[in-house]
Order: sequence, then C-alpha cells, then structure tokens
Amino acid sequence: MSTGPAPEHEAIAAISTRGVTRDFKAGQQTITVLHGIDLDIRAGELTYLVGESGSGKTTLISIMCGILWPTQGEVKVFGTDIYSLTDTNLVEFRLQNIGFIFQQYNLIPSIDAASNAAVPLIAQGMDRLEARERAVAMMEKLNIGDQVDKLPNQLSGGQQQRVAISRALVHEPRLVVCDEPTAALDAGSGRRVMDLLRDVAVAEDRACIIVTHDNRVFDLADRILVLEDGKITHDGTDMPEDH
Amino acid sequence: MLWIAIRMLTGDAQKFYGLVFGIAFSTLLITQQLTIFVNLIERGASAVYNVPSADVWVMDPVSRTTDVNFPMPATALDKVRSVPGVEWAVPHLRAGASVRTGDGDLEGVSVIGVDDATLIGMPRRMAAGSTDVLSRPDSVIIDDVGTTRMFEGGQDPIGQRLELNDQRAVIRGVADAIPSFTSQVTLYTKYSNALNYVPGTRNRMSFVLVGSADGIAPEVLTQRIEEETGLRARTRDQFARDGVDFIIQNTGIPLNFGITVLLGFIVGVAIVGLTFSLFIRDNIKQFGALKAIGVTNSKIRGMVAAQAGLVGLIGYGLGVLGTVGFIWGFSSNPTFKGFYIPWQVPLISLGAVTVILALTGWLALRNVLKTEPAAVFR
Repeated sequence: MSTGPAPEHEAIAAISTRGVTRDFKAGQQTITVLHGIDLDIRAGELTYLVGESGSGKTTLISIMCGILWPTQGEVKVFGTDIYSLTDTNLVEFRLQNIGFIFQQYNLIPSIDAASNAAVPLIAQGMDRLEARERAVAMMEKLNIGDQVDKLPNQLSGGQQQRVAISRALVHEPRLVVCDEPTAALDAGSGRRVMDLLRDVAVAEDRACIIVTHDNRVFDLADRILVLEDGKITHDGTDMPEDH
Repeated sequence: MLWIAIRMLTGDAQKFYGLVFGIAFSTLLITQQLTIFVNLIERGASAVYNVPSADVWVMDPVSRTTDVNFPMPATALDKVRSVPGVEWAVPHLRAGASVRTGDGDLEGVSVIGVDDATLIGMPRRMAAGSTDVLSRPDSVIIDDVGTTRMFEGGQDPIGQRLELNDQRAVIRGVADAIPSFTSQVTLYTKYSNALNYVPGTRNRMSFVLVGSADGIAPEVLTQRIEEETGLRARTRDQFARDGVDFIIQNTGIPLNFGITVLLGFIVGVAIVGLTFSLFIRDNIKQFGALKAIGVTNSKIRGMVAAQAGLVGLIGYGLGVLGTVGFIWGFSSNPTFKGFYIPWQVPLISLGAVTVILALTGWLALRNVLKTEPAAVFR
C-alpha cells in the first residue's frame, strides 16, 4: 500500500505515515476513523485523496499536515517526525513548510487580496510591505496581478481561490495541502485551478496533496488514493472502474 | 499580525462601532456619574470651604455639620478666646429662615451671620458689590446661585427688598460662593443683624470660628480647645470631611450613584461582550485558518488584545470626552457650579474599562483558542 506507480523522475518521500490510527469519542462510543494507514506521498507528484463523505480523508489530511494528532502511529514530513515536536515547534514547522488551501478559501474579508496572500510571510515576521510585494509577485504569476487591491468580496470564486493558492505558495512551502479546492467552482474554473496547481505547486522538492471528490478533474492527477472506511483501498494513476 | 487584527476589526464597521459605542457609553456613564457623585457630596463641605480664613471650627459637642448644629451660649466665644494659641475667634451663626419674594412666593433660605467687625465668615470673593455694604441698615448679601433661584427672569438682585422672617432686608451684594448640597438660597448678614432676622432660643451662636496663632498647628489647637472648654473643635479639613461623611451616611446618594455606576459596568460588559463574541464567531474560520497556517496561540492572544486595546482606547477617549463635554456644557447651570472631574475618576473608569475588555476579551478568546486548526477542513 505504501508504493504506487513510479513517476518518470526520481521521487523524494514527502510524507510518510506508519500505522496511523485515529479514534473519535461519540458519547460512550469510540469510533475508529482511520485504521493503521501506511502511506508514502512522493514529492514531484500531484496526489489526490479521494473518498466518500465519512471515509476519513479529511482526518487523514489533517493528520498529515500536523493539525490533528493521531491516536496511534507516526507521521514524517520530509523526514521530520512532526508529532514528536513540541506544540510550538509543530506550529513553526507548519508555518515554514506547509501551505494550505481551504475549500471555503477562508480569506480575511477586510484586507485586500495581496495582504491576504501575504499572511504566512507576515506571520513569519516579515515586514508587511515586503511581504505584500512578494505576494503581489505570486499573484502575478497566477494571473491575478490586476486584483491585488480588491477585497475578497469583490472577487469571483475562482479569483478568490487563486488568492488562496497565492497564500499557500507565497512562502514557498515544501508541502501544499488542498481541501476540495474545486468544490465551489464551476467545471471550467475548477479545471483551471487544478492546472494552475499542477504548474505552481508541483516540483521535484515539493509535494501537493489534494482532497477531492470532483470527478471532473480526476484526469489531472499523477496519483489517486482512494480511502474507504478509514483504509486505503486503491492506489494508482487512475480511478478504479467501480468509482 | 497586529495590523491584520486591527483591519479584521475595523473592516467589520457594524461591530467595530458597536464595541466602541459600548465602551464609550460605559465610560461616559461611569465617569459622568462618579464625577457628579463626588462633586455633589463635596457640597456637604461647601460651607466650610466658603470660609477659608477659619483654621478651626468650634461648636457644641453634639453638633455634627454646618447644617446640623446646636447653638451655644455667647460665653463660649470668650472661653475659646482665652485658650492659648488662639489668634482670633469670632461668632458665626447659621440658621434657616423664610423669605417672601416680590411675587409673593415663599422661599426657604439659610441666614449666615458673620462677624460684625471683621466680616470673617463671608466667602472670599464677591460676584457683585462689596462686603462693605453689610454696614448699611438691613443689608444682606445673597449667594450667586441663590439669585438664579430667587430671581429667575434675570432680574438684577441688587436693591431688591425681601421680607425675611417678617423683617425688611435689602440685597446689596452678590457673593461668589460654592453652593450648598441642597443649593438653598443663602443670605449673608452681620452677626448682630442675623440675631434679629432669626429669632429663636436663648443660645444663638452656632459656631466660633478660630484662627490659630503662628506656629500652632490647627490639630494641636483643636485638642487644646476641647480640653480647656469642653466644646467640640474641628480643623477646617476635618469639619469639611464631617460634612461629606454626613451625606454619605445619611442619604441614599452613594447607593443610587453606585447602582448607576454598576449598571454602566454591566451594560458595558453586556454590549461589548455580546459584540465581541459575535465578532469572534463571525471570524472563527479565519482564526482557525491562521492557526492552521502556523500562527501561534500567543500571537492570536496578541491579536485579540490589540483589537480590545484599540476599541478600549477609542471608546474610553470618547467616554471621557463626553464627560468633559457634559461638565463644560452645564458649567453655566448653577446646579453644576464649580463641578470638576477629579483625576481619580478617569482612572477608575479606565480600570473598569480594562476589566470589561479583559473579561469580554478572555471570553471571546476562549472560543478562538479552543478552535482546533483541523476545524477549518470540516
């Protein structure tokens, strides 16, 4: 389960999970959402994590990016056992190494697009104007350089998602994690966003993992992992026939 | 991140202004009510402060304040004068009387008899005329606040004739005096005239006003007077404090003002707490995203503290300015004559605002800190 089809170039292991289990308490009951996941996500690949609602994909991605503690198991991100870090160091690790793209974008409504994109750099302590300049450069790369001064509510859904992508990439993280990035977009916009992520978020030393169930964009993946009832049931370049 | 925090807050104009209004209203209510309270109860000492030349007030042992006094026999004056360390001692009379005004109304007044020779007992300044007029027959001097009560149409009080306890009195001057607690009209006249205007019991002298000799502390002199005469003696400050304490102990004013100040605090907590909680709730996804991205809890605390600080600064400033505006706006009203904002009052308000913001900020912050970063993926 830990290996998939080999990509054309030599891949670097970006995320490695071993025996990851996660339980949730529901009243008196304990529900096991993930059952001992062993998985390697390689750098240089666009990896999709696919599954029905309740299959555990959000829990798995949260654990892989260091925002939800596993009940059992080990998670290494670029060789760092992230759950052996102190809380403060884990937060710092996320800030330096992980870019997030959320389904609802979660942009701050009262600051302009460029400032939103600059948030990780500002959080790292960079001067606000310098951070904004770098964010503007990233937004130009994503073809929304003419929207830098607009507030989020003045942008279309696709433009807001591009701002969110700019925010995820502006600090050049090694891991980019996306949660349903096309869920709120029409088919055309969704494909354009995925194409964009391929172009900017996938590199030899960078991994990009996307949680989605949008079958309109499955053909853009390098690797598709299917999660069912807390277990990886498929690992390949295409979706299985029965999905 | 503080810049982002401030922009998050100011970007939501409705809640920002709601928070500022809550703090401003609370500050205004607390500061204004405490200011009025302090100034009002200080009026209990106004009669003492109106006679700045007297170092010591001597009275019957049962007398408590300038208005709650038991007259002494005239011989008390000689007893006091014989005490070593007394530079001078003069008689002082304070009594109530009735005046029939020109238009037939009845007005309760305070009649104050000041020393015939030295006029000790008069306020320091005159608003119109001079204290010399008291040498003329039937002369009285009215206090400035009294003129506004007795002559409402802006009529000139000088030369007005009054029927004072069935006797003729002519107003020949206006004293610039601190109003009494009840803002009752006060008429000053010579002690000998006052005895005629205010007939009563055999003993008529309310107080003996004393000046201490050089090098004698008033506190020492009061002890000496009490030991040698058996009368009660209080320094100016002690007697002023007695007047204030009497109002505190014998009226519902502290309780009423205390309730209003408490309401100001509660209203502040309610408005600010509710609005702050709504603001945090509306932005919980953004805070969650920031936490996921890698903003530490201490930075989040700093952000919320900056938001609370900004709201507090603006709201508190507006509240205090509102109080200043209130005092300034009503400064020409005789009821508020001499009102000022004691420096302790804005400090108390600042303390209250800090508590309001700390409490509501902490309650709001709890939700942010409890938010799991993973919640942004749900």
